[in-house]
Amino acid sequence: MIAILDYGSGNLRSALRAFERAGKDVVLTSDYEVALEAEGLVVPGVGAFGACMQGLKSVRGDQLVRERLAKARPTIGICVGMQILFAHGVEHGDHQGVGIWPATVEKLEAKVLPHMGWNTVDAATGSSLFKGIEGESFYFVHSYGVSDLGKEQLSNSSTLASWTDYDQRFLAAIEDGAFSATQFHPEKSGDAGLQLIKNWVSTL
Amino acid sequence: MTLSVRIIPCLDVTDGRVVKGINFTNLVDAGDPVEMASLYNTEGADELTFLDISASVAGRETTLDVVRKTAEQVFIPLTVGGGIRTVDDVDRLLRAGADKVSINTAALARPELIAEIADRFGSQVLVLSVDARRANTDSGFEVTTHGGRKSAGVDALAWVEKASELGVGEILLNSMDADGTRAGYDLGMIKAVRAISRVPLIASGGAGSQEDFAAALDAGADALLAASIFHFGIHRIGDIKGYLDRSGYPVRITGRA
Repeated sequence: MIAILDYGSGNLRSALRAFERAGKDVVLTSDYEVALEAEGLVVPGVGAFGACMQGLKSVRGDQLVRERLAKARPTIGICVGMQILFAHGVEHGDHQGVGIWPATVEKLEAKVLPHMGWNTVDAATGSSLFKGIEGESFYFVHSYGVSDLGKEQLSNSSTLASWTDYDQRFLAAIEDGAFSATQFHPEKSGDAGLQLIKNWVSTL
Repeated sequence: MTLSVRIIPCLDVTDGRVVKGINFTNLVDAGDPVEMASLYNTEGADELTFLDISASVAGRETTLDVVRKTAEQVFIPLTVGGGIRTVDDVDRLLRAGADKVSINTAALARPELIAEIADRFGSQVLVLSVDARRANTDSGFEVTTHGGRKSAGVDALAWVEKASELGVGEILLNSMDADGTRAGYDLGMIKAVRAISRVPLIASGGAGSQEDFAAALDAGADALLAASIFHFGIHRIGDIKGYLDRSGYPVRITGRA
C-alpha cells in the first residue's frame, strides 16, 4: 500500500489516481502510523515553502519522514514536497526544512517565472526513476530550486542527481537510497510521468 | 534541455457540454468535455483549459463534475476558469482536480482577490485572464467584460502590471478583436504585454493558420491557446507541433525518446 501524505496541500486527487495506475492500493492520509507503515510514502507539496513546512509539521510529517529515513522506507517528495526535504528554503523568508539533504532551495534566476511547463531532464546515469524515459519531458511549475546540491556534504556518495535547465541549471530529481524526489510533477506529466511513477513503485 | 512552448486547447463548457462561438456569441455544440479532454491529451495537448460559461448554479455543479471526471483520466495540467468569485470557489475547484484557476471579472471588481488566492494556494495556481481589445487608452488596449461586449474602463497594460504586483502566476491574454476570427493572434498586444510582464504569457484569440502560432511565439508568448480550430478539426494538435518543431521551436513530442 502507498500512502499520500495529506497535510492540506493542493490537488491530491490527480496524485492519488496516478499512483493507483501503477497497480497499488493508494490512500490519502494524515495518520502518522498509516503513513509510517506504508510500503511507499508520497510527500506532495504545492504553494510556498514555509506554508508547506508548517502544514507538514501540523501532522508531524517532519518526524515521520525522519523515522522513515532511519528505517530506510521508500519515500518520494514531489515539487515543494521535494524542496521541504532539504535543509533550508528562502521563499518569503528563511525557513528550515526537514533536512534530509543539506542544500538550500533558492529563487531561480530567470527572465520569466514561474518555470512553468514541460522540460526535458538530463537523467543521472543508472537512474531507476528515469529508466526507459530518459529523453521525455516532464511538467514543472516552480520559482525556487536547488542549484548547488553540496555533494561533498551528502552522507551517501552514490546519490544520483538529475538536472534540468531554464536560464540556469537546477535539480530535477534526486535518488538517494530509499529516498527520492522530483521537482516536476510526475502525476501531471502524461505517459512519461506515469512511467516514472511505475518505475518508483517497482522498487518498493 | 529547453522548456517547450505549450499548446493549450480551450474548452468552453456550459451545462456539461463544450460549445464554441464567434466573438463569444452564436454558440454551437462541439462535444462532450471529458471525451474531448481525453482526445486532446492523446493528441499531445500540453495543458487543458475549461472555461465554465454556465449561467446557473446547477451548471457550475455540472462543471465541477466534469473537472472531477477529467482529472481522473487525464494526467496533464488542468486549468478551470469562469464564475470564480471567492477563495472558497478556488478551493472547490482544486479539490475537484483542477491544478490552476483563471479569474477575470471578479479580480476586476475586487483586485485583492488575487492576493487572497495567491497567499492561500500560491501564485502558480492563479491565471489572470485578460479579455482585451484595441481602444483609445494610454497603452492602446483596454480590458473588457461580458465577453468583450463592455469596456471595463481599465487600461489593459496598467491592469496587467497591477495584477502582477498582487501575485498572479500567469497571464492569459485574450484578444476580443481576434477571438473566433481565425485571422491570427493580435501580435502587437502580445508584444506590449510581454514587454511589461515577468510571468508566463498565454496568447489567445485568433489562431487560424500554423504560421499564426509561430508568429505569436515570436511576439513573446510562452504558450498558445486555441479552441475552434481544434474543435472543428481545422488543425490537429500534432500537426501544429510538427510544424513548430520543423520551424525550430521547442515542442514536446511524446514518444520520441
